Amino acid sequence: MKLRRIGIFALTAVLSLGLLAGCGEKNEDNNSAPASGSSNTASGDNATDLQGAKITMSGSTSMEKFCSALTEAFNAEYNAAATAEYTGSGAGIEAVTAGTVDIGNSSRALSEEEKANGVAENIVAIDGIAVVVDKNNTVADLTKEQLIQIYKGEVTNWKDLGGSDQAIVVIGRESGSGTRGAFEEILELKDACKYAQEVDSTGGVMAKVASTPGAIGYVSLDVIDDTVNAVTVNGVEANEANIKSGDYILSRPFVMATKGEISEQSEAVQALFDYINSDKGQEIIAKVGLISAK
Amino acid sequence: MSLHRNADQPVSIIGSHKTKSAIEITANIIFIVCAFVAIVAVLAITIYMIYSGAPALFKVGILDILFGTTWAPTAEDPSFGILYIILTSIIGTTLAILIGVPIALMTAIFLSEVANSKLANIVRPAVELLAGIPSVIYGLLGVLMINPAIYKLEQAIFKDAPNHQFTGGANLLSAVLVLAIMILPTVINISETSLRAVPQQYRSSSLALGASKIQTIFKVTVPAARSGIITGIVLGIGRALGEAMAIVFVCGNSVNLPYPFNSVRTLTTAIVSEMGYAGGLHREVLFTIGLVLFAFIMIINIVLSTILKKGGAKHDK
Repeated sequence: MKLRRIGIFALTAVLSLGLLAGCGEKNEDNNSAPASGSSNTASGDNATDLQGAKITMSGSTSMEKFCSALTEAFNAEYNAAATAEYTGSGAGIEAVTAGTVDIGNSSRALSEEEKANGVAENIVAIDGIAVVVDKNNTVADLTKEQLIQIYKGEVTNWKDLGGSDQAIVVIGRESGSGTRGAFEEILELKDACKYAQEVDSTGGVMAKVASTPGAIGYVSLDVIDDTVNAVTVNGVEANEANIKSGDYILSRPFVMATKGEISEQSEAVQALFDYINSDKGQEIIAKVGLISAK
Repeated sequence: MSLHRNADQPVSIIGSHKTKSAIEITANIIFIVCAFVAIVAVLAITIYMIYSGAPALFKVGILDILFGTTWAPTAEDPSFGILYIILTSIIGTTLAILIGVPIALMTAIFLSEVANSKLANIVRPAVELLAGIPSVIYGLLGVLMINPAIYKLEQAIFKDAPNHQFTGGANLLSAVLVLAIMILPTVINISETSLRAVPQQYRSSSLALGASKIQTIFKVTVPAARSGIITGIVLGIGRALGEAMAIVFVCGNSVNLPYPFNSVRTLTTAIVSEMGYAGGLHREVLFTIGLVLFAFIMIINIVLSTILKKGGAKHDK
């Protein structure tokens, strides 16, 4: 009887520990953001005071991480009230065209039709993704079509791609990850991927690819090191120069569209774009794993 | 101080009746407060889990969540079916128990009944050490040792099966092996304690009646220690079902049917791996998964406790 009671107690303890572990991750996320905000407040004594001027943004969900970091730092430094909603790129551009928001966020380039409606395409940052394979893999280049086939599970052996006779282990990120969202969006594989492993961090993907023979994975461009091989896509190497020139296909622009040019916007919106182009703004871009558009 | 007030009174080292009862009352209060910490914790967790996990159940639909097979939380038209995830948790835990418990029980019998004290003194610290190893270390060892070994096995078995998706060794089998090892110390320690608690007369009587040592162990000692052994197994189930850190590395984490060589996701790893970036309804559903896990552990606990109580009552007659 006594043992059983200890048992129930211990079960509860084990369970609550599990829950705490789950919550801990979230707390970390919450804590890191205000920390960066407060450091900016401290250094921003001589910044313009916008006296709580409102800036409304809506659009791409992929830009959530970037936008929340940006608005947090900007609001603290300029005493502004920039807010962002994440409704999807298309909805964001629609909203800015209709004039219901100041800025429409889009994680793809604007179409000619959208531009014809008087919307200016202001590219603020570029999201780049590298495809990596394990060190011993002899395949050095994949075409876009081959990548799609691999991730759809249509090609399952490296020998079909000019490599050795080895099974392909398809590694990706968990749903909700920005990298996964971008990768699937660019290759038009939204929720069509057949992953063998879903890993919950960029570092985890690198480690799994490095240690699993025949593995393939995708990661942010900035974490590539010599534990893995980065393959070229359509013969183009993944680096900043190729991404900026648009030759490397696994990249997408982060657009903050405005109705008319930036110079026609309100003081607060202009201040926001100035801030993005300042050193502090560029620092935020680098911190969330993006490439500067400058 | 009351000691010196009246020299005629007999001196007591405990104090007057008044101070004595004050101490008793204070001690009583301290005990009650301590006991309430646990109750408050259980209540808080229960209320919080229902509060944060239940809304999504109704927003998505109870049947759609519990019996849906597609997990695509970030799709245009999201679906939150966790049937495969639930099945993985059930089957993974069951297999881990089937592998782990016999080994653990034999070890416990060895330690308390068979081994001489010298040998037991080597095995016991090893088991205790196993209990103290953090679960994340089990996970890392799984990645470094079990995954590559299982991948070789997988390559050998599915050599001529072009339709098989190769997991690189991160699959249900790896997760089960890690869990089976993890539950060993829990089951061993509790079973051994309860085996030792069986009165020596039971064994002597059995042996005196002509039963062999092995017969005595399996017909007398183990049945007599039954309730303790079951408690150990219940704790083992709890540990296997609730473990996340160790298996998030080795299970592959794709949502699939729980076949041995499929990459799978359990209830715990579903929460751990997606909590970081999840937002809105997706996040709420992760709490619902937590609620399902919570309900599972509660049900297992209550059902097995009831069985135990019944078994115990029968035994007492």
